Amino acid sequence: MKEYRALFRIKFIGGLQYRAAALAGLTTQFAWGFMEILAFVAFYRANPAAFPMEFSQTVSYIWIQQAFLALFATWGVGGDAVESIINGNIAYDLARPMNLYDRWFCEAAATRVARATLRCFPVLILAFVLPEPFRMSLPASAAQFGMFIVSAVLGFLVVCAYCMLDYMSSFYTMTRINLVFAMIGDFMSGQIIPLPFFPRPFQAIAEWLPFASMQNAPLRIYSGNIAGMDAVGCIALQFFWLAILLVLGKALMRRSLRRVVTQGG
Amino acid sequence: MQLYINYFAINLKSQMQYKVAFFLLTLGNFLTSFVTLAGVWFMLSRFNEVEGFTFSQIMLCFASMLMAFSLAEGLARGFDTFPRMLGNGEFDRVLVRPRGIVFQVLASKMEFSRLGRLVQSVAVFCYAIPNSGVIWTWDKTLTLCLMVLCGSLIFFGLFVVYAAFSFFTVEGLEFMNILTDGGREFGRYPFSVYGRGVLKFLTYVIPLALFQYYPLLYLLGREQSKLYMAMPVIALIFLIPCYLFFRFGLRRYKSTGS
Repeated sequence: MKEYRALFRIKFIGGLQYRAAALAGLTTQFAWGFMEILAFVAFYRANPAAFPMEFSQTVSYIWIQQAFLALFATWGVGGDAVESIINGNIAYDLARPMNLYDRWFCEAAATRVARATLRCFPVLILAFVLPEPFRMSLPASAAQFGMFIVSAVLGFLVVCAYCMLDYMSSFYTMTRINLVFAMIGDFMSGQIIPLPFFPRPFQAIAEWLPFASMQNAPLRIYSGNIAGMDAVGCIALQFFWLAILLVLGKALMRRSLRRVVTQGG
Repeated sequence: MQLYINYFAINLKSQMQYKVAFFLLTLGNFLTSFVTLAGVWFMLSRFNEVEGFTFSQIMLCFASMLMAFSLAEGLARGFDTFPRMLGNGEFDRVLVRPRGIVFQVLASKMEFSRLGRLVQSVAVFCYAIPNSGVIWTWDKTLTLCLMVLCGSLIFFGLFVVYAAFSFFTVEGLEFMNILTDGGREFGRYPFSVYGRGVLKFLTYVIPLALFQYYPLLYLLGREQSKLYMAMPVIALIFLIPCYLFFRFGLRRYKSTGS
């Protein structure tokens, strides 16, 4: 455990170095969130009755999404892992006395946490002082907030575990980016539009898929769209999918490593 | 021109070497805009219309924006990856060759997997053109062509600005993404959806609305004035400051030495 803590710290501190990039990224995220909300305003004006969430809930959803984009996005973190598969550095990694799955998981998680740490506070602070209707609201109760925290941690771990499958697909395809994984995850987890905006039959299915255990759960719990016992059920489902994805990932890793052939070096 | 065709052929050949990778990347690009499309579809099936635009009318707007963007992105990839070119010193080689700089950067890299998006925009056009209720007289057809063509040139201009910024910073600048990728993503709805402030900004500062919202009004017969039809052409004025900014950056350029 100690070595993973150390690894996490190294990656975390490394990730904190890119402050200028974070600042530039912030502008983008802020403008992005703003535009999203403006679009929802137009839809709300078109037909308030058809709006499936309260408007303030949608606003909170979008701001938390932008603030913690780095935690919940299904794309763009596994650079080192994928690179090592393609350029063969994986041979060194295999010689180290560390479980490769755990190591990659730990690295990706640390990178995500570092990015989110740099970016979340300015977005959140601004979101709380904006004029209505753009202002983000606080959760309804302390209990709701507590459940949000639990759900957010679980959602983050589910995303990491899902992305591990994505990285491992590089063992078979030898490509750097696998947009197919990322985009399906993106859409089904509510990155493009929140799940309540899906047509009903679609939503009913989507709620049970592992993707709903990613950002969908914590964001809707924070905003109060999922509350009480529903939220508890949602968290239980997150536990379930996390376990499944971890077991699946580890099994796939074992299988892939058996086939690995390092070509020279 | 002959030279450009050669560059084109070489780029195409090199990318065809890894067929599976190429196919996956194309599919991925197709999917990235497909999820956006699905989002619009879901929203419109719930709300029926937004700001008075129906689904098929919005699709017209979506497809022209997507096609404009994917043409620019696929062909001007050299500017998109320009920071890397500066970083690894490849740009110094460009400077010593007896051909135009813009031309060389433009021709150096093309990304054919972006065709995934282009294919999709064609498919959406196939749906939207007959279903949007527009009677396709010659002037409306011309307007649509102008929307795509001029739109693609404006996006190209934005990529040039993006590249020019990296003369000063070497790193790419993420905030430009809100104008390029953001323009594509938010251009899925007519820009009036985002309210007056945004529309003004996209009319007078970054003229994205000039090749999207205004000509769309003309297409749908909401505005009769030929001025709305010519808006995309007027937007091309934007390319002048883009080019000047690139020149300005170029004059300040110091090699990284690698």
